Amino acid sequence: MTLQTVGRVTRAEFQPEDGAKDRVGHGLLQDEALIFEEGRFDMTGVDFDETAEDVELGDLEGLLRDAPPALPGLSEPETLRHYVRLSQRNHAIDLALYPLGSCTMKHNPRLNEKMARLPGFADLHPLQPASTVQGALAVMDALAHWLKTLTGMPAVALSPKAGAHGELCGILAIRAAHEARGDARTTILTPTSAHGTNPATAALAGYQVQEIAQTPDGRVDLADLAAKLGPHVAAIMVTNPNTCGLFERDIVEIARLTHEAGAYFYADGANFNAIVGRVRPADLGVDAMHINLHKTFSTPHGGGGPGAGPVVLSEELARFAPLPWVTHGPDGFALVERAEGEAAAALGRLCAFHGQMGMYVRALTYMLSHGADGLRQVAEDAVLNANYIKARLSGVMSAPFGEGPCMHEALFDDTWLEGTGVTTLDFAKAMIDQGFHPMTMYFPLVVRGAMLIEPTETEPRHELDRFCDALLALAAAAKAGDVDRFKGAPYEAPLSRLDETAAARKPRLRWTP
Amino acid sequence: MRYLPLSEADRSEMLATIGVGSIDELFVDVPAAARLPDLIDLPLQASEAAVERTMSAWAARNRAAGAGPFFLGAGAYRHHVPASVDHLIQRSEFLTSYTPYQPEIAQGTLQVLFEFQTQVSELTGLPVANASMWDGSTACAEAVMMASRVTRRRKAVLSGGLHPHYAASAYTLAHTSGVETRRLAAAVDDEAAVIAAIDSDTACVVVQTPNVFGTVTDVSDIARAAHAAGALLIVVTTEAVSFGLLRSPGDMGADIAVAEGQSIGNGLTFGGPYVGLFACRSELVRQMPGRLCGETVDAHGRRGFVLTLSTREQHIRRDKATSNICTNSGLCALAFSIHMTLLGGTGLTKLARINHARARRLREALATIPGVEALTPRFFNELAIRLPRPADAVVEALAKRDILAGVPFSRLDPDAGLEDVLLVCATETTLAEDIEVLAKALAEEIAR
Amino acid sequence: MRFTKDHEWVELDGDTATVGITAYAAEQLGDVVFVELPAPGKKVEAGGDMAVVESVKAASDVYAPLSGEVTAANGELSDNPQTVNDGPESSGWLVKIKVADPSQMEKLMDRAAYEAFLGTL
Repeated sequence: MTLQTVGRVTRAEFQPEDGAKDRVGHGLLQDEALIFEEGRFDMTGVDFDETAEDVELGDLEGLLRDAPPALPGLSEPETLRHYVRLSQRNHAIDLALYPLGSCTMKHNPRLNEKMARLPGFADLHPLQPASTVQGALAVMDALAHWLKTLTGMPAVALSPKAGAHGELCGILAIRAAHEARGDARTTILTPTSAHGTNPATAALAGYQVQEIAQTPDGRVDLADLAAKLGPHVAAIMVTNPNTCGLFERDIVEIARLTHEAGAYFYADGANFNAIVGRVRPADLGVDAMHINLHKTFSTPHGGGGPGAGPVVLSEELARFAPLPWVTHGPDGFALVERAEGEAAAALGRLCAFHGQMGMYVRALTYMLSHGADGLRQVAEDAVLNANYIKARLSGVMSAPFGEGPCMHEALFDDTWLEGTGVTTLDFAKAMIDQGFHPMTMYFPLVVRGAMLIEPTETEPRHELDRFCDALLALAAAAKAGDVDRFKGAPYEAPLSRLDETAAARKPRLRWTP
Repeated sequence: MRYLPLSEADRSEMLATIGVGSIDELFVDVPAAARLPDLIDLPLQASEAAVERTMSAWAARNRAAGAGPFFLGAGAYRHHVPASVDHLIQRSEFLTSYTPYQPEIAQGTLQVLFEFQTQVSELTGLPVANASMWDGSTACAEAVMMASRVTRRRKAVLSGGLHPHYAASAYTLAHTSGVETRRLAAAVDDEAAVIAAIDSDTACVVVQTPNVFGTVTDVSDIARAAHAAGALLIVVTTEAVSFGLLRSPGDMGADIAVAEGQSIGNGLTFGGPYVGLFACRSELVRQMPGRLCGETVDAHGRRGFVLTLSTREQHIRRDKATSNICTNSGLCALAFSIHMTLLGGTGLTKLARINHARARRLREALATIPGVEALTPRFFNELAIRLPRPADAVVEALAKRDILAGVPFSRLDPDAGLEDVLLVCATETTLAEDIEVLAKALAEEIAR
Repeated sequence: MRFTKDHEWVELDGDTATVGITAYAAEQLGDVVFVELPAPGKKVEAGGDMAVVESVKAASDVYAPLSGEVTAANGELSDNPQTVNDGPESSGWLVKIKVADPSQMEKLMDRAAYEAFLGTL
């Protein structure tokens, strides 16, 4: 069997003895029931302009529900309390550094939110006549211009709804390009350190996945890549900077070998924030790359989406871009929605309508605010902050790939915890008690006990220092043998460690009376 | 730059701590030929006031739906969203938090997802719902793939009443994996044709109700036919408010229900971001795509919530995952859940009845115009009408009179030969005087 | 009982082999939360995918140690997957296989050899 033991500790091993279970609150933090336990099922918190009782429903007979859905309705004050109380149980970038590597938790400018809520953007139907949405199409066109210019690529497909959707878009375009030449290829190569979405996307697009080995310094192994390339390989999917936070030094050679084998170079653009304004992916030989607007261009993560994943494409792949796209003609902007003429080779539709307009407005607002100079500074400060953390922690925590600079994130392994009885998971949970969200743990998979720290450019130096001081103090405690502090952590969070094993063995996925 | 806190002094001191002389030394791994010496040719940074002027000027070049008579539906619907919804989703702790990977400090998001899943489960009449998908169309495409995994068959029958964008999205996702999507001819009501198309190779049948023409269908007979052939029934709903009035997909025998949840809590926003609802029978849960939140206890025995059954997902299963999906549509799901919490089941049913009443008024006003024929036999809040002229030209002419009259079916499906069909919709935001204005103007345009 | 380098065990009774994962593997995986087993009648190839054992954060493929046809799967595991942790080399067995060629057993390790192999990991 494949022995997958990653991150295996999944229930609390430490049972603290105190009265926590009987508390109903914590300081001013109130416990909060489920709406189904506190609400009334015959109430509503919305007033309507007319009564609905006298509606004629005769011709819907047999199609009507017997009773309203069994869901409680809460008044506005109850609703506000419920959600505000719940919100207090979340960490947020507005509270403190949120150092999740690979996730890019940076400040979300509020101007972006304000612009997205202008009725001229927020209250537009996607199927209004083009003559009534010229400003919206102009925004899409402007966003496309910025993305193309920043990447140096000639085309962009805006509609993918998230990074993973962008990957699918890019791989389907590559598939279409091979098929248009009658070239049936079967395989996609990804490095062992790749994001899980890469192999998942390749499989979804009907390809087999083969892994490329990694060198001891955390980069793609060129010799292994060369050996695995061949007429069966449709594309490679490489993240650059890669998931170890390192720039692929041989990227131009990687692209050359790939193209020589007749394959395409798909770049996972999740880490574009490290190089925006300083490096154009087109100059590295990229054929397609998605851009997570919620990372590089700071649309809010919202507790897990919505994101947006536009894909820039090379000249060769551009004609396979999915519908729709924006064009400009004598009558102003228009949407190409039919697969005919210039769009005859389009790979079809990825979703209804035109993509994540609300995110386009936010991202474009962000771009206009920063400008070419501000965006370059974004990349520089992101890299500077990560290297500063690496420099301050390296004396104590072990970095797997040695001395050279990292890009936007600093990677450590758990070698330095050996013999302490403390694991990466324990260390991360103890960070919560110090007021910090843990870093990304156990990813990338190629590094044992990985701890991946991405501070982003929006952290002030005093916050970086506070963070580093806290980690160094914790590290000293671990080395001093203060194991209880770690095994029972977190002590100060709204809840202690949760039993994920019980949750998975007997799933309870909804409330039941 | 107002978003960047480091001062020049900070930067040079930090470079000294790192032990390098300049920022360029940190980019040393970038091949020399790819290092841009100068700024990219784009405008420079701008003040908040300047950016606001630019963006507002673009916004002003659009006709907002609420600025006058408006009758568009066809997969996106204009409803009133209570003010508290937008206030709450802008709480920093919801807006600026990440996926709840550390459950001890993400119980807010997790409890919301658990409540959301329960609401979706109740509305769709199916026992398990996930934590949301990107939108209704991608949820539908994922459902087709899921049905193919469950049945180990490779053909999906798509009703001609399915939103053409949904059918196209399902095709895009399915065909590269060797799953064929057979879309029946566009038709206002094609129950018999759907049943006739089911055979022993069919993995699933995809039926929308109310469908893209507005037709409400009791899918029980289709469910029976699908199940008799060993196929799954996927029921699609694009107007989630209809759940307040109509029998649920689960009640009519659906194995999987997918829906666009935008109508509840979320604005039109020119097509996205929206929120896909996805529910299924319990025994199918391990083939379900997307995140799931489950209940458990902490080390003190207190109730808490975690993401669970993650081994289905890409970050663990990689090329064997049920989907490549990474995120859900968290903030839109939150907006849905808050609005649904305000409404309650009772409020949703009231809202649905008002929508239906407005649509009846709209139908009465339009069907009496000479030359106009109402096509949809049983509808909820939208219906198809046949005009004596191509619908797109009529819509353009009415737009010039500041009336957004509806969606020409040919915009969604240019090849169906239904150029004269117009889809119209009314919700609780549609006023009686709007309907009068439309009826009068439409009559004039047709008579022209 | 014989063992593979992939931490499966086999016990042969006539031409029926009982297959499971070793105590070492179960310990390494931690709490098992779900086991996906093949349906009786499924043909399996030595070294090919046969079952999946899941912990909370990982899914591990279990390979068939021998070629043959699955005749039974351990139904207890669907309700109580922790049985794999409680008795990996007894009550936590996964499947029974009707073996095409019992001499395949000879290629597998005995306990002493497996334990020696574990010592090298």
